[in-house]
Amino acid sequence: MSEPRKFHSVGTRPIRHDGLDKVTGRARFGADLSLPGMLYGKVLRSSHAHAHIRRIDPRPALQLEGVRAVITSADRPEIPSEHGTGGEGGPVDFRDLSRNVLARDKVLYHGHPVAAVAATNPRIAEEALGRIEVDYEILRPVLDVEAAMAPDAPLLHDDLYTRGVDPRPETPSNVAARIVIERGDTEKGFAEADVVIEREYRTETVHQGYIEPHAAVASTAEDGQSVLWCCTQGPFLVRSFCSKVLQLPISQIKVIPSEIGGGFGGKTTVYVEPLAILLSRRAGRPVKLVMDREEVFRATGPTSATSIRVRMGARKDGTIAAVKVRLVYAAGAFPGSPVVPGAMTMLAPYQLENVRIEGYDVVVNKPKTNAYRAPGSSMAAFAAESALDEIAQELALDPLELRLRNAVRTGSQAVYGPTFKAIGFVETLEAARNHPHYRAPLAPNQGRGVACGFWFNAGMQSTAAVNLTEDGSAVVVSGCPDIGGSRVSLALMAAEELGIPVERVRPVVADTETIGYNDVTGGSRVTFATGMAVIEATRDVVRQLCKRAALIWEVPVEQVEWREGEAHCRNGEAKDPLSLREIVRQAVRTGGPISGQASLTARGAGPGFGTHICDTEIDPDTGRVQVVRYTAVQDVGKAVHPSYVEGQLQGGVAQGIGWALNEEFVYDENGVLLNAGFLDYRIPVASDLPMIDTVLVEVPNPSHPHGVRGVGEVPIVPPLAAVANALFRATGVRFYRVPMSPPRVLEGLQSRK
Amino acid sequence: MARKSHVSTIVNGEPIEFLCDPPQTLLEVLREELQLTGTKEGCGTGDCGACTITLDGRLACACLVLAVEAEGRSIGTVEGIASGEHLHPLQKKFLEEAALQCGVCTPGLLVAAKALLDRNPQPTEQEVRYALAGNLCRCTGYDKVVRAVLDAAVEIGGESP
Repeated sequence: MSEPRKFHSVGTRPIRHDGLDKVTGRARFGADLSLPGMLYGKVLRSSHAHAHIRRIDPRPALQLEGVRAVITSADRPEIPSEHGTGGEGGPVDFRDLSRNVLARDKVLYHGHPVAAVAATNPRIAEEALGRIEVDYEILRPVLDVEAAMAPDAPLLHDDLYTRGVDPRPETPSNVAARIVIERGDTEKGFAEADVVIEREYRTETVHQGYIEPHAAVASTAEDGQSVLWCCTQGPFLVRSFCSKVLQLPISQIKVIPSEIGGGFGGKTTVYVEPLAILLSRRAGRPVKLVMDREEVFRATGPTSATSIRVRMGARKDGTIAAVKVRLVYAAGAFPGSPVVPGAMTMLAPYQLENVRIEGYDVVVNKPKTNAYRAPGSSMAAFAAESALDEIAQELALDPLELRLRNAVRTGSQAVYGPTFKAIGFVETLEAARNHPHYRAPLAPNQGRGVACGFWFNAGMQSTAAVNLTEDGSAVVVSGCPDIGGSRVSLALMAAEELGIPVERVRPVVADTETIGYNDVTGGSRVTFATGMAVIEATRDVVRQLCKRAALIWEVPVEQVEWREGEAHCRNGEAKDPLSLREIVRQAVRTGGPISGQASLTARGAGPGFGTHICDTEIDPDTGRVQVVRYTAVQDVGKAVHPSYVEGQLQGGVAQGIGWALNEEFVYDENGVLLNAGFLDYRIPVASDLPMIDTVLVEVPNPSHPHGVRGVGEVPIVPPLAAVANALFRATGVRFYRVPMSPPRVLEGLQSRK
Repeated sequence: MARKSHVSTIVNGEPIEFLCDPPQTLLEVLREELQLTGTKEGCGTGDCGACTITLDGRLACACLVLAVEAEGRSIGTVEGIASGEHLHPLQKKFLEEAALQCGVCTPGLLVAAKALLDRNPQPTEQEVRYALAGNLCRCTGYDKVVRAVLDAAVEIGGESP
């Protein structure tokens, strides 16, 4: 391999360009826009988890003073089943999407939208909701994912036949799909194993928990074009999804992305956005539609509850001989759980000869799941990495050593098919083993666990433009909302190529009519893929700068070289270098403004691997578990802005710890969510966590000009198992179910006695 | 419809008067009537701290205060933390140390952290963690937030004699 590239901007830690607005309150998020004459929208939601809608009468609401529009499914076109690509590359059926936005015929979860109103103030809109008459025929709901698979379970959809089963079933069921990943001969592998364990794991429905609720402001002009301001990870996705759901041409919808207050995958679809557009079209006035927190919990996002069975066998030397897995993921009200990425990622860190993974996508009467950071992987890794920990104990092997003996390396074939190019998994394991944390002494009631994680990272489509200004600075335009520092990362890559300080680069996020198409901010793709587009666009600008210098000097362009922000002449004649500023100053005479643009489908997203070390301390009287020390090691390719890379690791770990210890949706038997608020759905607060140490391993991604690979998703994969493994070592009790909340832990401790 | 109430307050040091409906929260009035949208709504139930303000110098969740209760009182929001063009040391440290990702909880965190440093200029890490426990952040894991507050305390301490 060639000498590692020396960078002057990439790898530094400048202040992010959008930071000032965010520490002074000026930054405008989804709910922060108000327009003249604006109305306020509210959504009527189902009070049952499963019911037929016999009749909806919106007329009494319309009679209320101040109400300007009421919409139900009758106001929208019915659309046929049509498969498209969802936010993070997964499948979406637009018919399901349309019915999730506003129920038609049937409600499938408590909180499912059935109507929406727009009124002159929020209190009138709220009052109007109470006047809409809905006649339900209540049906029995099914909430548990295993129960939903039973032959006598209540059916959510009478036209759902399991895909991936041959022959096609003759009767509908709640099982939307079955997938199988298979390699080698597991029976032969188990026969050769010296130790075999078989275990069952359960995880509960959890929510992304972004602090900013979904919000949209729509206004429609006399020519029929609707302009939508909203907080989203994908303005182009919102445009295309609204166009499908409302059957409007793309050209009639313009989306302006606001700042976004967290998403974690949860803002890669539409909920209130099409309703705001439809209300604004009905009322002829701008409409603001903002969810409250309860609506966010009842009707957006979550990720799947799961039921996982693992049979794992190993030889005495620690080689994994065979693994057999059954994954069952709850999709919520419509098909599309992340069981496929769960199955693909679950054992991806290991070289395995004999594997069989069977996955089921199952509908239940809960909100339709949406992407959540490394979708599907955390639950699968909880099972796989817990089982590996038990194998290590059975064989009296160090758990990192066991993983090292089976780890994939550059050139290994992944369980899910492709061959890994340059990857740094082994490097993360070695860095963890050599970290002082791994040898630090433990206090009484403390235990130390390790676990690993994998995520593919995405490429997908991006467009970027780079425009030079008259004073010799640069504007970098992208169409990917900045959810955690991507503007500054893109600016750093442009500064690197131009050879100017990053302070002279201003990055902006444009709307859907100001920049070419961009896929969502998700899949850990923006710094990688949009960064690639920025680099290409900047290199185009540099070529033009060289051409302009050649014109000024009257030399062939081949004799001009761009170095450190200046054109240098190589023809031997003593010419002073021309700075970017000087070339731009003369641009009017040499061909006009200088700008570059690049559009691409980014290939070669480098996969990410992480290894985590977690110390927990248990209070034996209450069952409360505290994480007292945590170290996350990850191969990050090249850290463009190391502070924000560390921040991704720390944030992912914190979400994973919340998932491991506290977070779960609690439903009653009627399918009503009992903890639809931050008081009872308790995400980690500052006093719950220790400092989270990070180690950035940098194995450059050969497919990216600066070596970048995605970093945002891997860190949420290992924590569930890292906590469970630590807890086992602290208590001698193995927990197969998350969250490991105080009552469950206490019960576990009592069973030990 | 009931008549609107007239309220006189001081917001970030400036006298402000507004009209509001009796059921309106102070948060709604700050955001929708006064266009002070730096104060965010994350939950509406006092659980997330995104709408943290000061009311006569004491921390409050603006979503739990009725607008009419602001009569005669002094309100501090994130918009009032910087003085003119000079950022508060907390704002500087948040920027320098990347203590924000999405930035939606940042206004509430800054108001809460400033209230902490105003009454306890040299907090320990644990004191910072407890003082900010009412402000949810889902992006950062709090690590860089806590460090930024501790470092701002050092900087403020260094400035004063």
